[in-house]
Amino acid sequence: MVELALPKNSRVQKGRHHPAPAGAKKVKTFKVYRYDPEGAENPRWDTYDVDVEACGPMVLDALIHIKNTVDPTLAFRRSCREGVCGSCAMNIGGRNTLACTHGWEEVPGQTCTISPLPHMPVIKDLVPDMTLFYAQYASIEPWLHTKTPEPQGEWLQTPADREKLDGLYECILCACCSTSCPSYWWNGDKYLGPAALLHAYRWLIDSRDEATGERLDDLEDPFKLYRCHTIMNCAQVCPKGLNPAKAIAEVKKMLVDRVI
Amino acid sequence: MTDFRTPRSRAQGLGAAGHGVSHWIFERVSSVALIPLVLWGVFAVLRLARSDYEMAVAWLASPVNAVLLALLAVVSLMHMHSGMRVVVEDYIHRRITKAGLLLLNLFVCALFGALALFSILKVALSGGAY
Repeated sequence: MVELALPKNSRVQKGRHHPAPAGAKKVKTFKVYRYDPEGAENPRWDTYDVDVEACGPMVLDALIHIKNTVDPTLAFRRSCREGVCGSCAMNIGGRNTLACTHGWEEVPGQTCTISPLPHMPVIKDLVPDMTLFYAQYASIEPWLHTKTPEPQGEWLQTPADREKLDGLYECILCACCSTSCPSYWWNGDKYLGPAALLHAYRWLIDSRDEATGERLDDLEDPFKLYRCHTIMNCAQVCPKGLNPAKAIAEVKKMLVDRVI
Repeated sequence: MTDFRTPRSRAQGLGAAGHGVSHWIFERVSSVALIPLVLWGVFAVLRLARSDYEMAVAWLASPVNAVLLALLAVVSLMHMHSGMRVVVEDYIHRRITKAGLLLLNLFVCALFGALALFSILKVALSGGAY
């Protein structure tokens, strides 16, 4: 839904300040969104002055440093710390990205602002509720659909057909793209969002898939697909350098090919 | 707050409407059509600005001018209708407000289209006499 101002109980208030330890050489301030679901309080901005010489180069290193040495109550998701799992997607310096592949030095200025992925329900601190996002991904049925009896070996594919999946299969479902898309903010309940649509296209052009028509049927909808207005935020933020907007445009072209 | 609908059911919603591609094609086709029509329209306005009443009526009596002007009016209003419709669908979520604005959009565009068409035909066919 279009919400230009946050509801009263979501307005972010000023929070606590954690000063740098004595003798810190190089200090950077991390302004972090905090929300405790168990308290009755509004979310707040906590600021942490971190001695960045004492931690690794990435924003995730700084967050782990804060959690280990300053404030163990800080909650965030992380796993692989090398841009493969997509767990640590968050909004850093006003831009959705992965905390593990984004250096704190890349964030200009003295303060680095960190908040959860935009327009998602927040479970705690930097942990958003991804339930609907994953369900939307599941709804495009991201697996091979075939009608031909299964072959003895594998389903074969030419190297050229395999190449068509490049730029699509690399998606790690971090949700940076979908949650940066205004259309997804306003109509996320009906619009599938760039991530799910990129995967839909990945199966649409898979030479082995035999449900192309049914897949297109399931997408031809003013909201599910056509809420994409080529805003291109998705392509701009994708931490893997993919272009969901292009994939969506290709789906639209396939639908045109079906009628013309 | 408790909602026992499964996430998958929420994601699927009411299913795919099965249309959208014709609307998408219309948006593109009308945009392309409007490029020459608007260029011609600008040229026509500049020309008409320097002419008096009789010359303007005579200009519109020409079949080419009358047809192009009618096309410009109709195509641009249809294009505006489909564009405004998307804006309403994007931003308005209350059912009653949305239905009201969609109707208003349709009626306003249809009214202006019909008025423009009738006026052009009247001048073109009757030579502007009242």
